Amino acid sequence: MVNYIWVGLMVTGFITAALNGTMDKVNEALFTSAKEAVTLSLGMISILVFWLGLMKIAEKGGLLELLAILFRPVVRLLFPDVPKNHPAQGYILSNMVANLFGLGNAATPMGIKAMEQLKLLNGGRDEASRSMITLLAINTSSITLIPTTIIAIRMSYNSATPTDIVGPTLIATAFSTVGAILIDRYYYYRSVRKEKRR
Amino acid sequence: MAAIQSFSVWFIPILIGFILLYGTMKKVPTYETFVEGGKEGFSMAISVIPYLVGMLVAISVFRASGALDLVLGIFRPLFHLLHVPAEIVPLGLLRTISGTGALGMTSDLMATYGPDSFIGRLASTIQGSTDTTFYVLTVYFGAVGIRKMGYALKVGLLADLIGFTASIIVVSLVFS
Repeated sequence: MVNYIWVGLMVTGFITAALNGTMDKVNEALFTSAKEAVTLSLGMISILVFWLGLMKIAEKGGLLELLAILFRPVVRLLFPDVPKNHPAQGYILSNMVANLFGLGNAATPMGIKAMEQLKLLNGGRDEASRSMITLLAINTSSITLIPTTIIAIRMSYNSATPTDIVGPTLIATAFSTVGAILIDRYYYYRSVRKEKRR
Repeated sequence: MAAIQSFSVWFIPILIGFILLYGTMKKVPTYETFVEGGKEGFSMAISVIPYLVGMLVAISVFRASGALDLVLGIFRPLFHLLHVPAEIVPLGLLRTISGTGALGMTSDLMATYGPDSFIGRLASTIQGSTDTTFYVLTVYFGAVGIRKMGYALKVGLLADLIGFTASIIVVSLVFS
């Protein structure tokens, strides 16, 4: 599906540009965005190195394991395919905790570490496993307790009540997270049924 | 408000301090372990590059050509029918494909309509309750070399739609 979307975005873009006369803008966008992507990736090095280094200490000290033991029921429920005491559990939990506290830049390295473990669990194949998609679903639906960036923007525009959106955001986030988990389950069982029919 | 702000400022140092002290207590060679763990960060960032270049180029071609505005124009009457303010629709679409783009648009909406207006609050809630699905997908799968995404994109996009819809309903109920 991602192949069709990718080609679709590009080709519709080129056709629209041909009709709109915006081909020069498209040319510019092509190369500036490629450059931007590289800058963005390289910019992640600092954050990745820092948090992965810290995570390694937490892992060796047994903190991740402790976290995994504390919240085992949640992980077992959401990720039934991950075996007991597997290191992926600790990483998944630290990713979720970092997201909850709005530490986006800490959540990413932990999420990637979790993905790496899940890939090993999946035999190292380049195919997304069920658990990987669940982890992704939880991350794209953005479970946050305090949306710090938004509060900061609201303050900079002199909002009288910058934090009054915290409640609504929490409710909306709860809906999107629960929804993401349910949709994930639905598609998983559908793919299982398809496999059986074959 | 001050409490929340100082919470975020204090939380990270406290978390780091706790990890370091706990590691020291457990006799982990902290500095060596930090360096060892950090090494992986470099290769991870490098392996994301091709994924991110591919995705960002396609998205920006789509935007720069005016195709995004065209798509929005087509949907406008439908949103009007559902009582969704037309100003907010571009944000909903942009949110899934570009994090910085969406943040820019949210700031723009707040500058135009005011942060405490209905649209300002709605933009804030949408921004806080959804995430950049394409980016998360690209980075997480790209860093570990997953090429076949399965049904991941569908799940992510549908979750965004739920977040968007829930934001509109909740903000309408709470603030009007």
